[in-house]
Amino acid sequence: MTNVATETRSIVVERDMTHPPEKIWRALTQSALIEEWLMKNDFQPIVGHKFNFRAQPVMGWNGVTDCEVLELVPHQRLVYTWNASGEQARDGLKTIVTWTLTPHNGGTHVRMEQSGFRPQDEGGYRGMGGGWPRILGRLEDVAARF
Amino acid sequence: MPHNHDMLFKTLADPTRRAIFERLCCDGEQTVGALTARAGISQPAVSKHLGVLKQAGLVRDRHEGRQTHYSAQLGALAPLIDWTSQMAGFWQRKFDDLEDLLKRMDQ
Repeated sequence: MTNVATETRSIVVERDMTHPPEKIWRALTQSALIEEWLMKNDFQPIVGHKFNFRAQPVMGWNGVTDCEVLELVPHQRLVYTWNASGEQARDGLKTIVTWTLTPHNGGTHVRMEQSGFRPQDEGGYRGMGGGWPRILGRLEDVAARF
Repeated sequence: MPHNHDMLFKTLADPTRRAIFERLCCDGEQTVGALTARAGISQPAVSKHLGVLKQAGLVRDRHEGRQTHYSAQLGALAPLIDWTSQMAGFWQRKFDDLEDLLKRMDQ
């Protein structure tokens, strides 16, 4: 198989939250709220809008992520690109982040998939949380049941 | 603290001990006798495992007459959960931060 597409990997993080989809949607799509839990940004909920996430630069990363809104279905689905920026753009990450909100037991099942990690993106893949069994994300839920 | 982690991981690394802990988590407080009946090992062996679990803070004992009742202490798993979320990377941490924000937000 030489098809490049089959060689990419994804990170999937899923969690059941006790909040309604409308509220989580605000946290995902209002710039000031996004900054509180993710990063500084100039996000706007408009398909085609190009924006950045900005974090403190660390060794090997300039701290900037180039993004473009690809898809918006209010309270359900949000898709944006998540790419390396500046001089790191050429060889860096070119990924897509997809948020899916599904009503579940009076709350919301939140699913984030970051797809498009190529073999050369191993460092980014690990750093973002790849390679860990999904079960780990559920440990907290299990503990909360007792 | 690394010391806590070592003790916690070592304690839970033994499958028999972990099975006893899981039983207490799922079924609630139990006596040594009840645990022994299902553990497939001798009562002294079960008692020894419970002693190790107690030292790690994973179980608590309560004396009632001649019986000792054991219960799981889920709070003792906190360092393990913290460690897991740190190791699980960027998005797991961000999910935690998102949930913290949601708690602070108005409906």
